[in-house]
Amino acid sequence: MTLLSVENLTVAFPGRRGTVNAIENVSLSISPGEILGMVGESGAGKSMTGAAIIGLIEPPGRIAEGRILLDGQRIDTLRPEEMRRIRGRQIGAIFQDPLTSLNPVLTVGEQLIETIQTHLKLSHSEARERAIDWLRRVGIPAPEARIDTYPHQYSGGMRQRVVIALALCAEPRLVIADEPTTALDVSVQAQIIALLRRLARETGVAVILVTHDMGVIAETADRVAVMYAGRIVEIGQVADVLKNPRHPYTSGLMASIPRIGPRPEVLPQIEGAMPRPGNRPEGCAFAPRCPHPVERCTRVRPALEGTATASVACHLTEEVPA
Amino acid sequence: MLGFLIRRIIQSVFVMLAVALIAFMMFRFMGDPVNSMVAENATTEERDAVRARLGLDQPLWMQYGRFVGRAAQGDFGLSWRNARPVSTLLAERFPATAELVLVAAGLSLLLGIPLGILTALRPNSFSAQTLQFLSLIGISLPTFVTGILLILVFSVWLGWLPSFGRGEVVDIGWWSTGFLTLSGLKALVLPSVMLCLFQLTLIMRLVRAEMMEVLRTDYIKFARARGLPSRSINFRHALRNTLIPVITIFGLQLGGLIAFAIITETVFQWPGMGALFIQAVSFGDVPVMAAYLVLVSLIFVVINTTVDLLYAVLDPRLRVDSPRGAH
Repeated sequence: MTLLSVENLTVAFPGRRGTVNAIENVSLSISPGEILGMVGESGAGKSMTGAAIIGLIEPPGRIAEGRILLDGQRIDTLRPEEMRRIRGRQIGAIFQDPLTSLNPVLTVGEQLIETIQTHLKLSHSEARERAIDWLRRVGIPAPEARIDTYPHQYSGGMRQRVVIALALCAEPRLVIADEPTTALDVSVQAQIIALLRRLARETGVAVILVTHDMGVIAETADRVAVMYAGRIVEIGQVADVLKNPRHPYTSGLMASIPRIGPRPEVLPQIEGAMPRPGNRPEGCAFAPRCPHPVERCTRVRPALEGTATASVACHLTEEVPA
Repeated sequence: MLGFLIRRIIQSVFVMLAVALIAFMMFRFMGDPVNSMVAENATTEERDAVRARLGLDQPLWMQYGRFVGRAAQGDFGLSWRNARPVSTLLAERFPATAELVLVAAGLSLLLGIPLGILTALRPNSFSAQTLQFLSLIGISLPTFVTGILLILVFSVWLGWLPSFGRGEVVDIGWWSTGFLTLSGLKALVLPSVMLCLFQLTLIMRLVRAEMMEVLRTDYIKFARARGLPSRSINFRHALRNTLIPVITIFGLQLGGLIAFAIITETVFQWPGMGALFIQAVSFGDVPVMAAYLVLVSLIFVVINTTVDLLYAVLDPRLRVDSPRGAH
């Protein structure tokens, strides 16, 4: 059963020098309760995919191709008011920086209660009960007292817990967590990830976890999609992808994770930089940085091919039968 | 909050003492005041007698102390020009200026904030572009020019509104108000429009810039991602954050309105404190000038303290002694 599926999604930004595609032909799907990790370096299109799903692409950007289906219903063509009702209620979002995600002049309770009452038919006191309950579930101590305080009275980690409560309080079935731990201390990161995983299990909410941290993916996600230059280059079960990366970019990412143990002289890294949108080569976008490109790589862009559980976009894997 | 208030009041007292010192020094700029009070052929003894009677033989700091003591009770002595108590003169003129400034300030807020929001929410619409263009004119035309243009159009050509004076006023106790008669209200229109035009455009442009800034913040994006209705996002979430800097500028500008009122009152022969001050300057009437200086400074200080208190109401981060939770 599929909760959300994205088919051949292309997001285009018209610019002075012609239209630039931020993401191209992105296809993915997610089932209820599943955690799908999305990794890739900055500018690969991870966040843009999330913004497209929740219908908040900044103008003049727009969906140029493809469709997004929630329960088999198209949501990318809905009118703004219909899409607003889906946001928060069906699809929630968690943003990167908890310090700036909360409105400084409204109490935590006011923000929670307003969100709950927007989507659920509850009285103010019922909504308040629910808000306190959510603060307790995300691990805020003494929620009855803390609900009437302002965001600046919380620490960074506590604020991210409040952000999670806000994203989940109207009980969406899918939540897009865009780098939810990047702005936090390492010790707090682990707590937040554990909290997300626990809430996903308890509520059955599906999570698209956008990150550039392979460690977080390994610990949390069921499946992982690796993005490079606006495209998904590899997607599959986390264990398979991490153990046997098939795309050379994924291997490069795995190799550049520092390990505990004897230190190598130089931390392996992928030479060169990711091409910017609008400046991508004709063939495979990774070809200029690939350690073993073949002639075809610079001419023909490889398609994402494979089975339902594991796909990869690389000419090298096509020749070697899996 | 109480500690903050007490600190502000102590600061204000020092500001007022400094202003009083400047006002006191003005009396010295005009030369020896005894010269203008005695006959030209008065003897030294007669001069000293007058000096002693007026307390001018005492050391300077004692004279200053007495000036401050009297000023605190509202006593600024007699006007040199028409020999009436300065406090009475100011009290007569104060309601006219206060009503003018009040109406102008109200107009600039009531029009400036909604127009600012409108131009921020639809920055590319025709009406927003037109308003932006007009506001540029409003902000760059000198007020006396707009005042004269207003008189030309509405008084001379159309004949709708009076070009000078306050119209009929009604006395309520010592306060004379122009709000209760039709001619009083009509007389208020042109001067208050002239006075508010600059503030109005300033507030509109400020609200627009702040609002556009706030609409780009993460917490607004997050509010959208939670599916909140745009009315709540614009007015509940964005507007309050927009108003914090607007209040600062408005507070400062409110003092500016009182200062600009001098020009407006001159153009429209409005019988307010500004016109009184201009007369005092041309006659060298130091007590009136000194009292005006002290009074306007007092109004500035009160406004700025109020603005600082208002911040705390709007922005919870500034409520210093609010309870802090565990981290």
